[in-house]
Amino acid sequence: MRSCDAVPLRTPVAAILILAFVASTGGQDLTPAAPLTLVSREGRRPIPTTVQAGREVVALDDVATLFRVTVKEDTLAGGVTVSYRGRTIVASANRPMASVDGRVVSLPSQVIRAGSRWFVPIEFLSVALASIYDQRIELRRASRLVLVGDVRLPRVTTNIDFPGPPTRASIEIAPAAPVTVTTEPGRLVVRVDADALDLPSATGGGLVQLIRQGEQPNQIVVTMTEAAGTPRATVTTANNVARVAIEVPPAATSESKAPAVEPRAPEGEPRPPEPDPRASIVATRSWQTIVIDPGHGGDDVGVRGVKGNEEKQLTLDIARRLRAMVENRLGLRVILTREDDRAVGLDERAAVANNGKANLLISLHVNGSRVPDQSGAEIFHLQLDRESEEVVRVATAEGASLPTLGGGVRRLDLIPWDLAQARHLDESSVLASVLQEELQRQVPMSGHPIRQAPMRLLAAANMPAALVEVAYLTNPQQEARLNSDDFKTTVAQAVFSAIVRFRAWSEESQTP
Amino acid sequence: MSLRVWWLAFIGGLAALVLIAISIARMYAPARPVPSDAPITRSPTTPKETAHITATLFFGAPDGQSLAPMRRDVALAETVVDQGRQILAAQLSEVPPAPYVSVIPAATMLRAFYVTERGDAFVDLSSDIVRGHPGGSLNELLTVYAIVNAVSANLPAVRRVQILVDGKEADTIAGHVDLRRPLTRNDSLVRETDEK
Repeated sequence: MRSCDAVPLRTPVAAILILAFVASTGGQDLTPAAPLTLVSREGRRPIPTTVQAGREVVALDDVATLFRVTVKEDTLAGGVTVSYRGRTIVASANRPMASVDGRVVSLPSQVIRAGSRWFVPIEFLSVALASIYDQRIELRRASRLVLVGDVRLPRVTTNIDFPGPPTRASIEIAPAAPVTVTTEPGRLVVRVDADALDLPSATGGGLVQLIRQGEQPNQIVVTMTEAAGTPRATVTTANNVARVAIEVPPAATSESKAPAVEPRAPEGEPRPPEPDPRASIVATRSWQTIVIDPGHGGDDVGVRGVKGNEEKQLTLDIARRLRAMVENRLGLRVILTREDDRAVGLDERAAVANNGKANLLISLHVNGSRVPDQSGAEIFHLQLDRESEEVVRVATAEGASLPTLGGGVRRLDLIPWDLAQARHLDESSVLASVLQEELQRQVPMSGHPIRQAPMRLLAAANMPAALVEVAYLTNPQQEARLNSDDFKTTVAQAVFSAIVRFRAWSEESQTP
Repeated sequence: MSLRVWWLAFIGGLAALVLIAISIARMYAPARPVPSDAPITRSPTTPKETAHITATLFFGAPDGQSLAPMRRDVALAETVVDQGRQILAAQLSEVPPAPYVSVIPAATMLRAFYVTERGDAFVDLSSDIVRGHPGGSLNELLTVYAIVNAVSANLPAVRRVQILVDGKEADTIAGHVDLRRPLTRNDSLVRETDEK
């Protein structure tokens, strides 16, 4: 009754609010959406967002407040300028792009002027604002977080492995961080040594009522149902992933007073088996590993510059810089196909990536041309010819079936190992585009920056893969630049930014 | 009168048969290797009196990004295989006018050339193509497709081309482009040019 009475009273108020909102947005169809959360060393703050034509946008006046940037409208030019410490971004209404310090970057949707307010797609923060800001800005769309600065924010994956009873659940923290688990009545509290946590929405099942964000930003709380006994938790670390395995017995069988957290075995004594890293890869869709391939090596020097610089040395140098960035800032495992100046076959390089179950393979090269003026970076992704496409199509269509334990049949696609890339052609095409966008913000590009070709290494890679030719060593000016630390770091940073963006896209596209 | 009508009908029928025979002969005549509007330039190595075909060869364009097609006279051969050898010999030896460049290392020799019944051509080159290659993905693409295009553009019987090195299957020439399978002609690398 009460709710029915309230409706007539609330309706005019809601109508007025809607009208006021529509008026304030100049008639654009802007629908409020759940806010993003800005996470920095100072804490968490909401970033209000709205949805326009299916794309999520953020108001520039909110960006100005949260990031302390200056936003000025240029009514004459029909544009808006975002400034921060002498660096500027210029955007125009109804255009899906912005000029960042004179370089044009594309945005996934248009910049909108609605009344007196300006709205930009949320990707503006990581694509444009990050370029002029003095701290890292990372947009994690899947978890609706915007990370600013050097915050330690590991990704957390929660899973009910077996509803039981006993119920088995697991919490994985990547990159690994020190974890303490304490038992409180009816719940476990997991504290992670981090500034905050990138935690998925609450889950539960069996005797576990809920696994959710705790009261503190670095806490995870596991609450039990009334039928649950005393839970046991075991903390292990493997492949830079901390894993908390929780077993919850039913109340009737939980009489034994086992410690809530099993102490780690002292050195020299047998330890409990480490979790199988492959199992954790299957259990979570989060990225674990990337492989960076420094092209050539050993007797195969690759391209040689006029001043004697060799491609094999430059690719190894850039690969090491890139590895440090990815490991330190993303906490992913990075494998180089060669750690030093030695010859490694192309099959062996692909095998390193495939056996390492890498989420991504990037092969680094330096280009050469018979035309000395030729310059700029180029990205290659695989092109299959018609015959290979037909081989893959037939293999996929015919496949094979294997019986599985407990009945049922598992279907296998018998794609030749050396055409493994066939499954990932679309993803690799996206990867190439992201690499191009990030590289062109930092380094000169060739007149034809993306090419599809039958590249030998990429064909056998069973993951998204691309080959990057970072510059032309046969161009004297580019050879001089390739010799500088600044340029090699810039290239590594551009590829790193592409990895960050592609990972976000990949994880988001896998989210059901 | 009736005899005259019969004679006229006989002669008319004979003429029709001759016309039909000529039409059929034209239909089944060998196709021209590569139609092009470009004027023919006679290769200095080809004697004027020798019968020849006009073949399209491929060289590095001044932009460093593409292949430039150029028309050259190549000695006429009896068979597809012999014609292929002539075309490849010209492709390997011809020096284009500056600023165009050859994209195949200078010392590279043709060891063998053959074509299967399926239309797969095998071009067996000396290992100079590997030793003399300056490297780079695009450079390697241009080298590979200068050869593949030269064969498949001029020999309609050839569908695909596989490059062998010293008589054996090769992975790559310089570490990038996959040579383990026969390749089809790639026109996306070709840019038309005014150079003849």
